[in-house]
Amino acid sequence: MRKSAIAILVLSLGAALPALVAAAAAEEGAAAPEVVHWESWRAGNTVTDLASLQRGAHNFMSYCNGCHSLQYERYQRMADDLKIPTTVLEAQLLPPASNHLDYITSAMPSEDAALWFGKAPPDLSLIARSKGTDYIYQFLKTFYVDPTRGSGSNNLAYPNTAMPAVLSSLEGVKEATFKTEGDEKVFQHFESTVPGTLTSAQYDDFVRDTVNFLDYVGEPVQAARRSMGKWVVAFLVLLTALSWLLKKEYWKDVH
Amino acid sequence: MSEVGAFVPDEPVDESRRKFLTVATSATAAVGAVLAAVPFVESWQPSERARALGAPVEVDISKVEVGQMILSSWRLQVIYIVRRPQSLVDTLPKNDSDLKDAKSQYSEQPAYAMNEMRSRRADVLVMIGFCTHLGCLPKQFFDPGDPVLGATWPGGWRCPCHGSRFDMAGRVFNGSPAPTNLRVPPYSFRGETLVIGLDSATAAT
Amino acid sequence: MANEAHSKAASAPGLWGWINKRLPVDAFWRSQASEYYAPKNFNFWYFFGSLALLVLVIQLVTGIFLAMFYKVGATTAFGSVEFIMREVDYGWLLRYLHSTGASAFFLVIYLHMFRAMLYGSYKAPRELLWLFGMFIYLTLMAEAFMGYVLPWGNMSFWAAQVIINLFGTIPVAGPALVEWIRGDYGIADATLNRFFSLHVVALPLVLLLLVALHLVALHEVGSNNPDGIEIKEKKNAKGQPLDGIPFHPYYTVKDLLGAGVFLTLFAIVVFFVPTLSDLFLEKANFEPANPLSTPDPISPSWYFTPYYAILRSVPDKATGALLMLVAVMAFFFLPWLDRSPVRSIRYRGWIYRAFLALFALSFLGLMYLGLQPAQGIYVTLSRIFAVPYFAFFLLMPIYSRMDRVKPLPDRVTFHA
Repeated sequence: MRKSAIAILVLSLGAALPALVAAAAAEEGAAAPEVVHWESWRAGNTVTDLASLQRGAHNFMSYCNGCHSLQYERYQRMADDLKIPTTVLEAQLLPPASNHLDYITSAMPSEDAALWFGKAPPDLSLIARSKGTDYIYQFLKTFYVDPTRGSGSNNLAYPNTAMPAVLSSLEGVKEATFKTEGDEKVFQHFESTVPGTLTSAQYDDFVRDTVNFLDYVGEPVQAARRSMGKWVVAFLVLLTALSWLLKKEYWKDVH
Repeated sequence: MSEVGAFVPDEPVDESRRKFLTVATSATAAVGAVLAAVPFVESWQPSERARALGAPVEVDISKVEVGQMILSSWRLQVIYIVRRPQSLVDTLPKNDSDLKDAKSQYSEQPAYAMNEMRSRRADVLVMIGFCTHLGCLPKQFFDPGDPVLGATWPGGWRCPCHGSRFDMAGRVFNGSPAPTNLRVPPYSFRGETLVIGLDSATAAT
Repeated sequence: MANEAHSKAASAPGLWGWINKRLPVDAFWRSQASEYYAPKNFNFWYFFGSLALLVLVIQLVTGIFLAMFYKVGATTAFGSVEFIMREVDYGWLLRYLHSTGASAFFLVIYLHMFRAMLYGSYKAPRELLWLFGMFIYLTLMAEAFMGYVLPWGNMSFWAAQVIINLFGTIPVAGPALVEWIRGDYGIADATLNRFFSLHVVALPLVLLLLVALHLVALHEVGSNNPDGIEIKEKKNAKGQPLDGIPFHPYYTVKDLLGAGVFLTLFAIVVFFVPTLSDLFLEKANFEPANPLSTPDPISPSWYFTPYYAILRSVPDKATGALLMLVAVMAFFFLPWLDRSPVRSIRYRGWIYRAFLALFALSFLGLMYLGLQPAQGIYVTLSRIFAVPYFAFFLLMPIYSRMDRVKPLPDRVTFHA
C-alpha cells in the first residue's frame, strides 16, 4: 500500500513537474516577452486607397515636410491624383507663399541641416522605390532612446541614423532591450516609457498611411498604369487569338 | 506528292475563310498599330512642366505711366502692355478705312477684345507682341506725326523686319505684309493687377 | 530566274512598273520572302530570331523618343528621367518599354543562341552567320551596359566604376586605358556624355549593320532546322526544296503569332511588374549617383551575372577578368570545337546531351549566383558551376567526336 502510495506520489509529481516548470517559465515569460522580429514587419499599405493616401499626405505635410522635400512632385499633381479639392489643398497642405504648381520643397536649408544633424535630410520622392515601403514602415516604428547619440535616439532599421525621433510625440518614447550574445547585441523588445498622443493601433495606421503616401509619390502614375494595362493585355490576347486562327488556317497547306 | 512542294495543299482551300481571317487579323493589327502610336505622339505635347510654366502670369500695372509700354511674357509669347492716353484712343475710328481688318473679323482675340479699341479697358492695351507676318517684334512709335513715319502717322507700331504697321489698337494698316491684327491673349484684371492667361481673374475657383 | 521576275515587274503598268524599273522591290520581295524557302519543320526555338528583330525595333523607337527628353549630364540626367516618368505625357510608358525591352532583348537572344547549340546551326556552312551573331551579342552587351549608366543612378555610377576598372587588369596598358575610357580621373560627367553618344548613335548603327550582315549571311546558306539536315539537297523540278515552304505567307503568319504571344507577356511586365522585383529596374538606381557610397549588395543586371559570377569566383583580379573574357569568347569557337558529324541534338548521343544540359544548368546557376552577395556558399557554388561551363567548350573536341550518333533521316520530321 505504501509502495503504491509512494509510486502514485512520484508519478503525479513526475506528471506535474513539466506543468510546474512551464508555469514557472510562463511567469518568467510574462515579465520577459519573446524576441520581437521587427525585420518581418510589413507595411501592408494599399496604394489605391485614396482616403489613406489623403491622410498620408496630411501626415507628411504636418510632420515630415519641415525637413524633407518631395522635389519631383507638384502640389497640384498630388491634389489631382488624390482627389483633394483646391480649398482643402490651400487650407491644409499648401505652405504659405507657395503656388499649387510648385514642386514640393522643404523650408529647411540643406547646408544648415547638414551642419545641425550631421547629414542633410534627404529628398523623399523616391524613397519608396529605392528602399521599399516595408523598410520605411520599420524605420518609423523602431526609434528608441539612446543617450549616447546626439539626437538622444537611435533606430533599429537604420542604426545610427542622423534623424531624431520626430514622431515620438505621437508614438510615445520607448526604450530597447538588448541581450548580449557573444560579441553582438541582439534586440529583444521595446518598452514604452512615455505614452504618445496616439494609441499603438492609431500610430500604426498613421505610419501605414504615411508610407502609403510615399509609395504613391514614388510613382504617381502606378494606378493609371495598371488600369491601362488591363486593356492593353486584353487587346493583345485578342490579336494573338486571331493570329493563331490565321496561322492554323494557312498551315493547313503544309504537309 | 514527293515532287510537289510541301506547301501545296492536299485538300481544297477555303478561300473565303482565309480572306476573312486575314482581313480580321490585319484590321486588328492596324488598330493596334494606331493605338501604339498614341503614346509616342502624345509625348510631344507640352509637358507638365511646360504647362506649369505656362500658367497665368500676374503683372502689377499700377506704376505704368500714360504713354508707356512694358513687356511681359506668357507661354513664351512676348506681351505688350500699354497705358494708352485717351486722346489716342479717341482717334482710333479715324484709322478704320486704312486698315485691313478694322472690325477684327479675321484676327485672333477673345470676345471682349473684338471692339474698336481691342481691349477690355480703353486705357490699357494687352497684346501678343509678335508681328503676324513672320514673328518679329514691332517697335513702338506712339507720337502722332512722328518724323520717321510721316505727318499722317496716328501713332502705333512699325515692324523693323518687313515694315508692317499697326495702330494704337494693334490693328494692321493696308500695305503691310502682315495679314491680320496683332493677337490678343486671354486676360483679366484684379484691381490694378493684370492677369494674363486667365479670362476671369475674379471668378471663384 | 531573278532577272525574269525583275523584268516582269518592271514592265508592269503604272507606278509599280516605274518603281520596279528603278529599284528591284518586287524581285527583292520574291527572293527574300514569297519565293524564299525555309524548312517546314521549324519549332518553338525558331521564334526568337524574328522576336529579336521586333525587340530591336522597340528599343530603337522608344530610345529615339526618350532621347528627346533625357538631359545628358551628371547634374541633370537623374532629374530628367524623373521628368520623363512624371511630366512627359506617357513618358513613364516610354521608359518602361525601353527598360523591359533591354531585358527582353537578352532573354530572346539567349534562347536564340541556345537554339543554335541544340541544332548545330553554327556548323558549316553557317560559321560566319554564327560569328556575326556573336558580334551582335558583344555589341548588345556594350550597348546595354552604357544604356544602364545613362540614368546616373547609384547603380549606374558603380556599375561603370566596376566594369571600367576591369580594363585595368590588362597588363601594361591597363591603367592608362581606364583613364582614357573614363575621360577623367574617376567616373564623371565626361564618361556619361561619351556613353550617351555611343549608346544613342554609334552602337545602334553598328548593331543595324551587323544585323543586316547576319540576315544576308543567313539567306546565302539558308536556315538550318531541328533535324540538322540540308533541305536544299532535295529539290523538285521547279527548284523548290521538297521540305521547304515559302517564308511568306507561312512564316510571316507564324511569326505574327509568335509576336502576339511575346507582346502579351511583354505588356504584362511593362504594365504590372516593370521592376520585376528588382531584376529589371534595381532599387539602388532610384537613388542618384553617390561617389561616396557603393550600393550593398551590388550586382550587374541579370543578363550579365553568369559572367560576373565567374569573375568573382577567382580571388585574383586579373585571372578572374581573363576567365570572364574566356567565358564569353568561348562561344566564338563553337563551329570549330564541335567535331560531330551530325548537327542536331536529335541525332547525337548521350554525351553531348549531358554536357549541353550541364552547361545550360550551370549558365542558369551562375546567373542566380551572380545576383547574390559575393561571399560564403555563393562563391563556392560559383566555382563548382564554372566547371561544367568551361568543360562544355574545352572538352568538346574530344566528346563530340567520341559521341555515338544516330543515323540521319532522309527527310525532315514534320507533323502537321
